Amino acid sequence: MKKILFVSRHAPYGTSTAREALEALLAASAYGQDTQVLFMDDGVFQLLHHQEPAALGQKSLGASLPALPLYDVENIYVHCESLRERGITKTELVLDSVQIIDSQAVSRLLAQQDQLLSF
Amino acid sequence: MSTLHTVNKSPFSHSTLSSCLSVCAHDDGILLLEDGVFGAMATSPSAQELKNILARGVKVYALRSDVRARGIEEKLLAEIQLTDYEEFVQLSIQHRCVQSWY
Amino acid sequence: MKFSLIVQAAPHSTQASTSALSFAEALLRQGHELHRVFFYREGVHNASALTAPPQDEPNLPQAWQALAGKHQIELIVCIAAALRRGLLNEAEAQRYQKPSANLAPGFILGGLGQLLEAAVESDRLITFGN
Repeated sequence: MKKILFVSRHAPYGTSTAREALEALLAASAYGQDTQVLFMDDGVFQLLHHQEPAALGQKSLGASLPALPLYDVENIYVHCESLRERGITKTELVLDSVQIIDSQAVSRLLAQQDQLLSF
Repeated sequence: MSTLHTVNKSPFSHSTLSSCLSVCAHDDGILLLEDGVFGAMATSPSAQELKNILARGVKVYALRSDVRARGIEEKLLAEIQLTDYEEFVQLSIQHRCVQSWY
Repeated sequence: MKFSLIVQAAPHSTQASTSALSFAEALLRQGHELHRVFFYREGVHNASALTAPPQDEPNLPQAWQALAGKHQIELIVCIAAALRRGLLNEAEAQRYQKPSANLAPGFILGGLGQLLEAAVESDRLITFGN
């Protein structure tokens, strides 16, 4: 079993990056690997509650994220400096079960993986 | 296990390089390519951050073909190592994983 | 070593797919194996049969085809990303009643599972994106 980390660094809606990263992440769950995800930089905006993208003709990314544990993605990491830079607190996230980690922990996390999928 | 970071955005217009530098470990490597090579310039907004991690032992490379294309060969930090795709392949083998910052 | 590449950017508009091709050529020169190139997001445009650049400019779809033909490399184009962006093979063009197909020979539509399989089977996986 390989440790595969998806690194998701882009905000939702303005580009398709975040949505297509999530689709790849959900597809990964069928493959029995140790799949994890890190949200960093503008990627942390995907976790912000109260997203209402209907007028854009897009599906809510925030509403999709709580499904991750159901897809066996249990290790969901969020970079705390990225949250802080953007003025987002833990209580404003759509998921409780995230691990908020600092830059040093992100370094270590990257070093532990067998593959990185960069989005 | 260490990580090879690739960065293809200019630090004059994107915070991408700065984000990469914030999570770089001392045994990681950084390869600047495409517009990322502007990050190798002595006048880059990330020059001091780059010097700090160079001092910690991180190796920073820039693709020679991208540097030459942009006419900035004379403007780089001395510690940047110009390299080619052959070495890029070798670096991807020496490090465990590649994180692409774009 | 066994490599796979993920290409997420379109040819011509950014440098990423050219960089990916250069990396692919270098790893093959060094005797490594290129297991798969997976085209995702805007990368699906590398599979277009309809690109017609000026003669003195690179033709990325043709360059990928040539590399794949010479070295037996799998060029997989994510079907979900392709359909959204208008890259269709004959079967999908018929299914969706489109006037024509435009997926270049040598490229195959596949699922995200093949991206995961590349991650599992390869020693090194590198993303080229924008």
